[in-house]
Amino acid sequence: MHRYTWRTLIRELALFALAALWWIPLYFLVTIALKPDLEALASPLSFPSQIELGNFGTAWTEGSLGRALANSVILTVGTVVLLVALGSLCAYTIARRAGAMSTTLYLLFVIGIILPFQLGLVPTYAALRELGLVGTYLGLILFYTGVWMPFSVFLYTGFARALPRDYEEAARVDGASQLRIFWRVVFPLLRPVTGTVAIFTGLIIWNDFFLALIFLSGTDNTPLPVAVYSFVAEFASRWNLVFAAVIVALLPALCFFVVAQRQLIRGFTGGIKT
Amino acid sequence: MSVPAGSTNARPAARRRRRRSGLPQVPWVWVLPALVLVLLLRYVATAAGGWYAFTDWNGISREAQFIGLDNFREILDNPASRGALENTIVLAVTFVVAANVIGLLLALALHRTLKTRILLRALFFAPVVMSSLAVSYIWQFIFSYTGPLNRFLDAVGLDSWQRAWTGDPTWALWTIFVVLVWQFAGLAMVMYLSGLAGIPEELDEAAAVDGASTLRRFRTITLPLLAPAFTVSVTLSLVYGLGVFDQVLALTGGGPVDASETLATQIYKQTFAFGRYGYGAALSLILTVLITAMALAQLAVLRYRERRI
Repeated sequence: MHRYTWRTLIRELALFALAALWWIPLYFLVTIALKPDLEALASPLSFPSQIELGNFGTAWTEGSLGRALANSVILTVGTVVLLVALGSLCAYTIARRAGAMSTTLYLLFVIGIILPFQLGLVPTYAALRELGLVGTYLGLILFYTGVWMPFSVFLYTGFARALPRDYEEAARVDGASQLRIFWRVVFPLLRPVTGTVAIFTGLIIWNDFFLALIFLSGTDNTPLPVAVYSFVAEFASRWNLVFAAVIVALLPALCFFVVAQRQLIRGFTGGIKT
Repeated sequence: MSVPAGSTNARPAARRRRRRSGLPQVPWVWVLPALVLVLLLRYVATAAGGWYAFTDWNGISREAQFIGLDNFREILDNPASRGALENTIVLAVTFVVAANVIGLLLALALHRTLKTRILLRALFFAPVVMSSLAVSYIWQFIFSYTGPLNRFLDAVGLDSWQRAWTGDPTWALWTIFVVLVWQFAGLAMVMYLSGLAGIPEELDEAAAVDGASTLRRFRTITLPLLAPAFTVSVTLSLVYGLGVFDQVLALTGGGPVDASETLATQIYKQTFAFGRYGYGAALSLILTVLITAMALAQLAVLRYRERRI
C-alpha cells in the first residue's frame, strides 16, 4: 500500500524545500553571528568571507551571559526538583488513599491546571515583594512551582494509581519505613512521569521570559532570555553581536534536543496528551 | 482530616485487602507542601487578583479603593487597551487556524513512506524548543527595512511592497503572527503525528480495497479519528496564542503607537511600568476569562464531535 513511487520522491523533495525555507532564519542567525562589524552591515546575506568568533566573546562578557546561563540552570533545576519531589509525594498519597478527601484534593489540582496563572500574578508579585522575595531565585522558583504543580500532581496521580502494591508490601515486610519505601521503591517506578514532568516543565521554564522579566529584571539573577533582551536594548541593530548572544541563548536547548530528541518529543506529547 | 477506618462501608473488600497486606495508610501530611503552594499561589492569588480588578490599587498604598467597573470601562475607552484586546483575539484565532492547518499537513506528509521522515520531523520540530524571545530577534532582522524580506521583494520586482514591516501599523501584528506560526507548527505536527499513529492501518486499507478515493478516506476515516488530537492541539495553541508576549516585546514592543499591543504586554506595562496594579489586574481578569471561556467552549465543541463518532 505504501510503495515508494516517483510521486513519493517528489513529495520528499518538496518537504526538503519547505524545511530549508523553515531553516532560513537559522542560516541568517549563524552566518551573521560569524561576521565582523563591517561585513555584517554591508552584506548581511552573503556567506561570511572571514570567521569572526570575537562576537561571541563580546556578547558573552558585555551581556553577562555566563552569569545568565548559571541563573537559567538554577531556576530550571530548582523548580523541576520541587515539582518532582513534592508533586510525586503528594500524588502518591492521593493515589493510595481512597474516599472523599482524596477525590476533593485530586479535583483541586485538576482545576488548577485549567486556571490561567495571569490573574494571580499581580497579587503574588505584591505579596512576594512584601516578603523581600522579588528579585531572588526563591521568589520566582516558588511562583513557577505553584503554576506547574497541578500539572505535575495530575500526571503522577494517574500513573501511581495504576502501580501494583506488591513491591511496597514486600519492602514493608523487610521493615522499611514509609518514606524509605516511597523513595527507594515507588519513586523509581514513577520514572516515566518524572521524565515527562522534567522535560516538559523544564523546557518551558528554561525559555520563560514573561515571568522572569517581571520578577527578576534589574537584578543580576536574570536568566538567558532576559539577559538577551537587555543585551539587545544596548546593542540594537548590531546584528552580529545580537545574533551571537541569541546563539548562546539557544544552544543549550538545541543541544539537548539533538541528544535526547526521542525522549524530548515523547515527553512533550506525553505532557500534552492529558 | 483522615477518614477513620470502617466509618464508611465504601469498598469494604478493598479495605480488608489493604489491612491484610499490612501496609499502613500513607500519611496525609505528604500532601501538604504541594497543597499549600497551590492553594496560596493559584487559588488565593487568583481570588485576590479578582478583587484587585475592581479597585484602583497602585501597588504601594495599604488601601485599595473599590471602584466597581471603572477599570473595565477604561479598558474599553483607552485605545491602547481596547486595541490590545482586539489584537489578542485576532492574533489568537488566526494563529490557531494557521498553525493547526500547517501542522496537520506536515503530519500527513510525514506520517509514513518518506525515507527521511524522522529527520524532516526533527527539522520542523526544532523551533519549538527554542526561546521565543531569542528567535524573535532573528525575525526582526528579516523584517527590518534593509533585511532579507525587502531584498527578496526587490529582487522579484515587488519593490513597491517594501516597508519597515515591524514599524508598519497594519503589518506589525502580522510579523508576530508569522513568528508564532513558524515556532508552533512543529508542535502541532507532533501532536497530529501521535494521533495518526493511533489509527489502525487496516481501516484505511479496507476502505481503499472497497474503492474509496484518497480524499474520501481522509474525510471519513482519518479526520474523524484525529478528533482527540484536534482537541489537544487547538486548545493548547489557543492558550498559547492568547497569552502571547515574548514575540511582541522583541519584534515591535507593542508599537507603532500601540498598534500591536496584546493583553499580556498591556498587563506588563500597566502594572509594572505605570504602577497601576488595579488596572493591570482588570486586564488580567479579562485575559483569564478569555482563556477559560474560549478553551472550555472549544473543548465542549470538539468533545461533542469526538463523542458523535
